[in-house]
Amino acid sequence: MAEQAGGALLFARRELLKGAAALLVSLNAPLVAWSAGGRANAPPQRDLDPARLDTWLAIRGDGRVTGYWGKMDMGQGVDTAIAQIVADELDVRVDVVDIVFGDTARCADQGGASGSNGLKLSGLAFRAAAAQARLALLEQAAAELGTPPDELQVADGVVRVRRRPSRKVSYADLVRRGEPLAAPIQWNGKYGNGLTLSGRAKPKPWSESRVVGTSVPRKDIRDKLLARATFLHDHSLPGMLHGRMLRPSKPGASVRRVERDSVKDIPGARIVVDGDFVGVVAPREWDAIRAARKLAVEWDESDSGFDTDSNSLHEWIRRAGAVESAVEHDNGDVEAEIAGAARTLTAEYEWPFQSHARMAPAAAIADVRDGHVTVWTDSQKPWDTARGAAALLGDADKSFTARAIWMPGPGSYGRSDAGDGAMDAVLLSATVGAPVRVQWMRDEGHGWDPKGPASVVTCRGAIDATGNVRAYHFHIKGFSRHDQNSREDRPGELLAGHLVGHESTPEWTVSSPDDSYVFPAKRYSWQAIAPLRRQASPLRTAHFRDPYGPETHFASESFIDELAYATRTDPLEFRLARVADERDAAVLRTAAELSGWQPHAAPRKRRRSDGRYVGTGIAYAQRSGSVNAVVAETVVDPASGRIHVRRIWVGADHGLVVNPFTLDRTIEGNLLQAMSRTLFEEVQFTRDGVRSLDWQSYPILEAADAPDDVQIRHVNRPELGPQGAGEPTTRVMPAAIANAVFDATGVRLRRVPFTRARVKAALG
Amino acid sequence: MGAAEGLRLPKNGAVHLFGTDCMDKSFTLDVDGRQHTVRADPAMPLLYALRNDIGKRGPRFGCGLAQCGACTVLVDGEPVRSCVVPVSAIRGAVRTLDGLASGDTPHPVQAAFIAEEAGQCEYCMSGWIMTTVALLEENPHRSDEDIRGALAGLKCRCATHMAILRAVRRAADEMAKAERGDG
Repeated sequence: MAEQAGGALLFARRELLKGAAALLVSLNAPLVAWSAGGRANAPPQRDLDPARLDTWLAIRGDGRVTGYWGKMDMGQGVDTAIAQIVADELDVRVDVVDIVFGDTARCADQGGASGSNGLKLSGLAFRAAAAQARLALLEQAAAELGTPPDELQVADGVVRVRRRPSRKVSYADLVRRGEPLAAPIQWNGKYGNGLTLSGRAKPKPWSESRVVGTSVPRKDIRDKLLARATFLHDHSLPGMLHGRMLRPSKPGASVRRVERDSVKDIPGARIVVDGDFVGVVAPREWDAIRAARKLAVEWDESDSGFDTDSNSLHEWIRRAGAVESAVEHDNGDVEAEIAGAARTLTAEYEWPFQSHARMAPAAAIADVRDGHVTVWTDSQKPWDTARGAAALLGDADKSFTARAIWMPGPGSYGRSDAGDGAMDAVLLSATVGAPVRVQWMRDEGHGWDPKGPASVVTCRGAIDATGNVRAYHFHIKGFSRHDQNSREDRPGELLAGHLVGHESTPEWTVSSPDDSYVFPAKRYSWQAIAPLRRQASPLRTAHFRDPYGPETHFASESFIDELAYATRTDPLEFRLARVADERDAAVLRTAAELSGWQPHAAPRKRRRSDGRYVGTGIAYAQRSGSVNAVVAETVVDPASGRIHVRRIWVGADHGLVVNPFTLDRTIEGNLLQAMSRTLFEEVQFTRDGVRSLDWQSYPILEAADAPDDVQIRHVNRPELGPQGAGEPTTRVMPAAIANAVFDATGVRLRRVPFTRARVKAALG
Repeated sequence: MGAAEGLRLPKNGAVHLFGTDCMDKSFTLDVDGRQHTVRADPAMPLLYALRNDIGKRGPRFGCGLAQCGACTVLVDGEPVRSCVVPVSAIRGAVRTLDGLASGDTPHPVQAAFIAEEAGQCEYCMSGWIMTTVALLEENPHRSDEDIRGALAGLKCRCATHMAILRAVRRAADEMAKAERGDG
């Protein structure tokens, strides 16, 4: 399999793939091989019984309450909000509630972070569990106090007889004398987002909330800002080695030869090769970095590269055959209306590949030994990370158990590179027989992380002789929203899995707008095209904050504006006349009122004394039970092509608002990240690979680009309970900016990002 | 100020310091008021000494290219990107996010960031907080323009710039008040 010739290590790739065995090349140790050929999924971990109350909640002897949460918080304060819900139901102070999350050995699988659903879905489960826990505690108290439960009241974790408040017992005393939470709770038998709980106890109505609805400070922030919190990056294990990866010279290139002598002068450096998976480890981090830079690998580029580049990408998309398609909505006869229309309107909108580009590229620690793997990860879905690790290592002869422990890392906005980094650490650790910490370098983060998909949208409208819009057709064609599933529980969904020979298992879907517009004829349809490379592609797509939300609604909400102006109608009035859902109308009116919206049926092209144009634009969309409208005011400098989004007004309906302060900050983050994607972000690539490899070649929003003011007004709808919040404001931002630029200049921008060069060119 | 020649890095310049294979040498570093001796390759960036040898948590690896600021420390009061500055080039006193608070009392800039809940994941915060400390300790009387200018080149991928700018404004106002003695 491997032979040494002239100081170089040579091996035949075919042979390697057949056995799928890894080679450990060490200068001081003999060759070690382990088998990684297995593809079977390890059984998911089901150690914690969701049908038991104490899986979810514990009460300590000191009266503190612990919630074991199966989702994740990455700085949006969702764990704080869960604590608020628990505090209300249990009648305890919120500061005695601790939320443990992200450890697969301690928390049942509620799906990890996904779709801004943390509160909407798991919040209700915790509400049910906490209500049932309170009842169980009351029943034990009733027995101890000799009083029926309905004659008891609770405040601050102390149960009292309502008529004789001096007769009391605390939760802490109750758990010292019994096991009230070792009781069943009704579970629907599902894991992940679909997991629900219900008990005999009825949760309190939201209107009786004391803590929910108030701005409890985020629990994590003080320690993090004082550098006292332990991030993933601060964690280390005895004997831990540092790992760095080497990536194929071009997409699809395969390893031909590794020069083992190229790193021989680096202390303790060892080389790991498995298929096209190439990494180095060393006891000291700087040595691992130097080894990765010095390791000479000869790549076979005979079947490598892309068939197009970022300049020709959208033509490629137009010409590509569809691998999957769907019609998501269809009423009336769009084609007949267009054929018989007095006027038709057609427009195309283009969106590029975008990078997750986290603040730091992937990092993870793995410790593989004795048939067990432990992974410390910042992945949003540690339960899937654990399953993926077990599946990657296991085969017919040997199965692995796995535990994943989430620790804070750089922000994550979907299926980022986190899970890929975890698997790199797993393979390295399994091979070298020691705990390994992997840290990707910046160019890997930008170059090899999963991407948001590129697309082309075609919109068509039919207008009759009296100026009524009769038909609207929205059609999006693009790469799948996930060439790779947002989960990472199968080797075929992971970069390391691809590099050692596991086949990708793509799912091909796109998306369509979420709105309530009514037209006599309306059709929403999509087509997915195949990825540019199927295996180990630097352009593999996966969920990136509000998957396909900004892409679809940039086009749909721009085109709604185009239809409004084409029929000489104010863009706000046009929308209000056509939305069927009262919640949609309410947020549109709220945002408009907050902004002091001035009706206009044509672009105003207001020019300031400094030569810059100023305009406002509106856009709205639904998502995950939430609905948001945004008005943006932009200042456009024709001399430089710079667009500055100066002010933003938001009308927001997220159902029940649990924590107004942190929700507003979450919304701001989404608005500004969407601004960044709209104005600056595009993954540049050639046929030889991704060329946006750092913050110079992939610029994002900076402080100078931030608006002067963001105002958010909530339409609080407590009767709906908490809805998905945060992400839903991402999708409204791109069109709000484009529509504002149109009002300012009369020029319609239909290709994201709105770079200075493009804006200058468009303004002529 | 007192920082060594060669520490003035272009704000967005990618500086590569690889290539020479030197023997390890000993370096004595003054970090957050304590002396530490580190044995390392002279070309190794300061960041790795701070994190792996001295045990600091605040400065973090973001890019290794001086493009994001997550690794920012102060050297004699000046913000420096520790991910590119070789450990052998450090002459002055190094101050990190870890050393800002006095016991349990946060630095006024930290207090302002906590009050505004600036940041989301908080991974990048050494960049924003240390740069703000350098700006406001030199002179807390700063316009919004000054602030945005001083923060150029820093990245926050969670895009919490609104909260960050409010926090810096709050810190500037608090520190100016304290300077006047009416705080």
